[in-house]
Amino acid sequence: MILVFIEIREGKVKKSSLEVLSEGKRRADELNTEAHAVLVGHGAGGLAPEVFPYGASKVHVLENSLLAHYSASSFSLALVSLVEEIKPEIIFFPATSMGKDLAPRLAAKLGVSLATDCTSTACKDGKLEVVRPIFAGKAFATVSFKSSPQIASLRPNVFPLLEPGAEKGEVVKKEVVIPEDQIKGQVAEIIREEDAEIDVTEADIVVSGGRGMKGPENFDLLRELTAILPHSAVGASRSAVDAEWIDHQHQVGQTGKTVTPNLYMAFGISGAIQHLAGMSSSKCIVAVNKDPEASIFKVADFGIAGDLFKVIPHLKEELKKAISE
Amino acid sequence: MNICVFVKRVPDTEAKIRIDHETNSISEEGINFILSPYDEVAVEEALRLREANGGTVTVVSVGNEEALTTLKKCLAMGADEAVLVKDETPETYDGLRTAKILARAVEKRFPDYSLLLFGKQSVGADNAQIPAMVADLLNLPQVNVVTKLEIDGNKGIAHREIEGALEKVSFSLPAVVSAQKGLNEPRYETLKGIMAAKKKEIPIVTFEDLGLKEEEVTPLLEITKLESPPQRQAGKIIEDEPEEAAKQMVKFLHEEAKII
Ligand SMILES: Cc1cc2nc3c(=O)[nH]c(=O)nc-3n(C[C@H](O)[C@H](O)[C@H](O)COP(=O)(O)OP(=O)(O)OC[C@H]3O[C@@H](n4cnc5c(N)ncnc54)[C@H](O)[C@@H]3O)c2cc1C
Ligand SMILES: Nc1ncnc2c1ncn2[C@@H]1O[C@H](COP(=O)(O)O)[C@@H](O)[C@H]1O
Repeated sequence: MILVFIEIREGKVKKSSLEVLSEGKRRADELNTEAHAVLVGHGAGGLAPEVFPYGASKVHVLENSLLAHYSASSFSLALVSLVEEIKPEIIFFPATSMGKDLAPRLAAKLGVSLATDCTSTACKDGKLEVVRPIFAGKAFATVSFKSSPQIASLRPNVFPLLEPGAEKGEVVKKEVVIPEDQIKGQVAEIIREEDAEIDVTEADIVVSGGRGMKGPENFDLLRELTAILPHSAVGASRSAVDAEWIDHQHQVGQTGKTVTPNLYMAFGISGAIQHLAGMSSSKCIVAVNKDPEASIFKVADFGIAGDLFKVIPHLKEELKKAISE
Repeated sequence: MNICVFVKRVPDTEAKIRIDHETNSISEEGINFILSPYDEVAVEEALRLREANGGTVTVVSVGNEEALTTLKKCLAMGADEAVLVKDETPETYDGLRTAKILARAVEKRFPDYSLLLFGKQSVGADNAQIPAMVADLLNLPQVNVVTKLEIDGNKGIAHREIEGALEKVSFSLPAVVSAQKGLNEPRYETLKGIMAAKKKEIPIVTFEDLGLKEEEVTPLLEITKLESPPQRQAGKIIEDEPEEAAKQMVKFLHEEAKII
């Protein structure tokens, strides 16, 4: 059986987890087995109907009042008790902040190795094989496991959702025991940046600016574009971040975030190797740069060699028109 | 406050990665190696904490003897001591294996630590798993991807980056913290630091010294294939006047890419 960890943030199931469940279901079908999902948290069972349509034949709900807030120590303890009981052959996590924090802690508890941030999965001779980008995507490693269960985290925005199926299925609740002294570290507060509803790693469209933006005030031009484009976020090159034009949470690249949106728009970004590493697996790339020789054009599907300050106002109008149609 | 920082020697981020298909590994030829950028941030944070609270900073690396250069850099930045755990095994990016080695090194050599500092991920392996694994093996709290760290006595508060927000996490020491860019601006080594580092001996420890048995250090991941990414084809570049260019781009997004 394949077990998929479903991440809940602020009472909602994250879409990236449903992508992972969809992929889990595809592999489960191939291996002639089932995909199960696990929800962790006090009263998390109410979210099961949102999970079933993406391929779970069973949803496990791990409850304990101490699980109301996320911590890797308590969540991994809860998961271990389930894993020991139902013995999955494969466990998938989303490679989100939570998944990356939690999966290694669980793997260490189980004494098994973990493959992080995979971009493809397959079965070979009844076993799992995953592909993970290394060197920020400058190479792709196909990895197999010599320990069991096989654990991997899967990159958001890469795996397609299944056509949603039925909303019903079997819910199995389990009250887990968590010794209070085993909770190591507590989230005291979540601080939210005002204009960052969507993270660049989760956005369908990333609108990025570089040194060519000339100053922090001009990032408002990009924010005006994200206001028009559905499910989009503002990204940046390291030069823009180092100049303190925008917070480093927005940095895309080898020492920033790796993004794989449907559309990546680069404005005034030259396309240094470290920047390309973070965005060149985007599904579609467009760029505006006044230098026709800029490296960004080597990866762009469509480029405008011109002044971004002259292009953006027209782009805004044209996008508005196209979207309202 | 005694702090251990874990550092890795990695290819420069500028490096063009070439694959040696015979060994399923990255060809090291012509590559410049550096201290992994996030680890550099972790070393800087350790030095600042020592400056504020006293104590010692020890840097530890698992790797071949080339990693001595990386450890020397940390000493030149101001670390008190460095230790190399010698490992000649080809890279499989098995984080658990390294985590087990590091956890054992801590238990054997630094029982009186109060903070274990890591980078949030090693550039190249891009695993982001070793800090959490070490935390679990040593039964410690963990705060990963930290952009702000405050320590007061045996309590700590850290800001951890998550999607579109920050989590403020409180924890008690000893603990594992992994550094994100933005936590601080790493210092440059000074000439004095470089000279002082030259004089320091870096002990080289073997798995045997740490009491690690062969089955504990056998990789549990296997790389079955290593490939270069598919090359992207350059698309159309136009130089029309702005209004027409914008029209063309949106037309492309609408009709060809079918995104908008
Ligand atoms: C260890 C390390 C890690 C790094 N990690 C990252 C990383 O994660 N992410 C990252 O992005 N970089 C990273 N870098 C930095 C990288 O090498 C480049 O320096 C950086 O990406 C350049 O940013 P840029 O393209 O915004 O600036 P520039 O290279 O200065 O390019 C600006 C571009 O704007 C164009 N331009 C100027 N004015 C206009 C205008 N009016 N209209 C249109 N175009 C205009 C110019 O033609 C130019 O191409 C890293 C570097 C190192 C050493
Ligand atoms: N070989 C190593 N020796 C010492 N520390 C390491 C080693 N590999 C990784 N680390 C530490 O673990 C962090 C996360 O690495 P990773 O999980 O490989 O992405 C790094 O930033 C280092 O602080």
